[in-house]
Amino acid sequence: MNKIIDSLGQWENTTLKKVLDKSPEREDVFKTESGIPVKRLYTPLDLEDIDYESELGFPGEYPYTRGVYPTMYRGRYWTMRNYAGFGTAEDTNKRYRYLLEQGMVGLSMAFDLPTQLGYDSDDPLSEGAVGRVGVAVDSLADMETIFDGIPLDKVSTSMTINAPATVLLAMYIAVGEKQGVPQKKLMGTTQNDILKEFIARGTYIFPPEPSIKLVLDIVEHCAQHIPRWNTLNIAGYHFREAGANAIQELAFTLADAITYIEKAQERGLEVDYFAPRLSYSLGCYMDLFEEVAKYRAARRLFARIMKDRFQAKDPRSYLFRIFTGSCGSTLVTQQPISNIVRVTMHALMGILGGDQAIHTACWDEGYALPSEDSARIALRTQQILAHECGLCNTIDPLAGSYYVETLTNEIEKRASDYLKKIDDMGGMLRAIENGFVFREIQKSSVKFQERVDSGERVIVGLNKFVMPEEKDVEEQDIFEVHEEVEDLQKEKLLRVKAERIESDIKQTLSRLELAIDRDENLMPYIVEAVKCYATIGEICGVMRQKWGEFRAPAYI
Amino acid sequence: MSNVGKRKIRVLIAKVGLDGHDRGAKIVAHNLRNAGMEVIYTGIRQTVNQAINAAIQEDVDVLGLSFLSGDHMVLVPKVMQGLKEKGRQDVKVLVGGIILKRHIPELIKMGVQKVFLPGTPPNEIVRYIQQNTGRS
Repeated sequence: MNKIIDSLGQWENTTLKKVLDKSPEREDVFKTESGIPVKRLYTPLDLEDIDYESELGFPGEYPYTRGVYPTMYRGRYWTMRNYAGFGTAEDTNKRYRYLLEQGMVGLSMAFDLPTQLGYDSDDPLSEGAVGRVGVAVDSLADMETIFDGIPLDKVSTSMTINAPATVLLAMYIAVGEKQGVPQKKLMGTTQNDILKEFIARGTYIFPPEPSIKLVLDIVEHCAQHIPRWNTLNIAGYHFREAGANAIQELAFTLADAITYIEKAQERGLEVDYFAPRLSYSLGCYMDLFEEVAKYRAARRLFARIMKDRFQAKDPRSYLFRIFTGSCGSTLVTQQPISNIVRVTMHALMGILGGDQAIHTACWDEGYALPSEDSARIALRTQQILAHECGLCNTIDPLAGSYYVETLTNEIEKRASDYLKKIDDMGGMLRAIENGFVFREIQKSSVKFQERVDSGERVIVGLNKFVMPEEKDVEEQDIFEVHEEVEDLQKEKLLRVKAERIESDIKQTLSRLELAIDRDENLMPYIVEAVKCYATIGEICGVMRQKWGEFRAPAYI
Repeated sequence: MSNVGKRKIRVLIAKVGLDGHDRGAKIVAHNLRNAGMEVIYTGIRQTVNQAINAAIQEDVDVLGLSFLSGDHMVLVPKVMQGLKEKGRQDVKVLVGGIILKRHIPELIKMGVQKVFLPGTPPNEIVRYIQQNTGRS
């Protein structure tokens, strides 16, 4: 090492100095997207303190820095799972079949906002939003149509659903039964992460306490009955979209995870009973090395938390299994075809980061929902990277990079500092309540915007290499959800209500009410209600009545 | 010090509808406040009536509506109608967010003053408001 110190000094004083004297570098200080200073050059000196065995280890072994599985993509590729769903159940069924025919492996369901907030399509508050940002689901009848011809024992389904996740999971269980697939064979994920909804994204319904109870009802039900279900996907992605940087994203995700695990323990669940089915979601921004380092640091830091803080024994509890995806806020509406390149980079980050499932956004998402063509290109992007680029032949290929290992350490350290701060405040619920998390995210959001406004942070097509508007984009190819969705959906709801047996609805809903009073696990009661075609609005209505609705404060 | 005693520009930024993405709304609110305006942000998931009532109660000069989920062509007409019914067409309505360009002429026809698309520098919005409210 001394030899390297000497020769580095010599290089700096001779070869480097000569050039710097003549032509200075582009910037005085270089930084990652989240503000970590970046040196000109990293050398073996930067890795001097790293103990390979304890810091990096081997794939599939503690601390999992190099990957959660022993063979990683040499065994099988990541799950290509692009977010989709819009309009009516029929529209979405058609799109899902198309994507599966094109080689997509897992479904990722997008629900419209009324569904995400537990309102039926005929609720006055739903006006204008039915089928808009996802598929409209009012009753089991819609879920039956969505999965028509899609066997639930062959396909895994991830549902971006939170406040009413119990209802959608219950419907999925019921569809499986109708297809002859028992619940123990179902595969998939409920996002079910209500804490991040309070902080970002905003599709919460009930106050924190009953909200967390519902989260844990799924965790407990699946641990008992659906062994291959990912019960709770703890997400940092949405903090990132709200403006957080990579370090905050990781820290707040882990702080949420800690909160859920503590709450589950308070309920009497052993950590190794449920932790193996927790999964995680982190976004992809634009700084490739920082994102890769973030995924690596996440695995290591999480494994340490599970071991040291929670004394988990089952190695599966240590696995930080990552679903990643393009952050939509990195995409722009100016010269939008260029977004395909950004999305390619997102997928590359996920692959080099050793993630388990990847969503690639579509180039036209800055305008509207993706068209069939743009959805196919997004899928092809992953397929090209998987099959043509030699990325999947060896595990964790950036390991040992002086720079990437240094960044991995730095991100772990900075995220740990945040966790310490949150612990000192009394935990994440406290840090949300007192506005700390909101203020931190808002600070980063403002800083990013200022850098874009000043031109310091270049966004090609937006603040550099700008084209005149008329040459920029043709909007005629942009997809729009057809206007009749809302009427079609309301008509279908009326038909369903006319055909079902009303006394069954009354009975199942009053049993649900009773179960709430007794603080039982609500899953079995919700399954019974959805099987009689009780609607999401009716079921959530019972809960709204019992628990009331939450309003989060607004910070600017 | 000619501004002494002069009322500051008052702005209500509102998220109407069920969408909860408010990064853009908050950035705009932050910039307007930094420019010296009185800014109130409603928070997410406001009904049309809540937004109109807040605008009237707070006696704002400008009502800024932020949309991301494609429901603007349904909700904006309701806001405009509501302001008209309350006789408050003097409130200048600005719309921002994910809006297709082909919707802009229709929104303007409804009485919207101006539509700001993604990528608009916040300062451009500040300048627009300063120039069009007759105050600074």
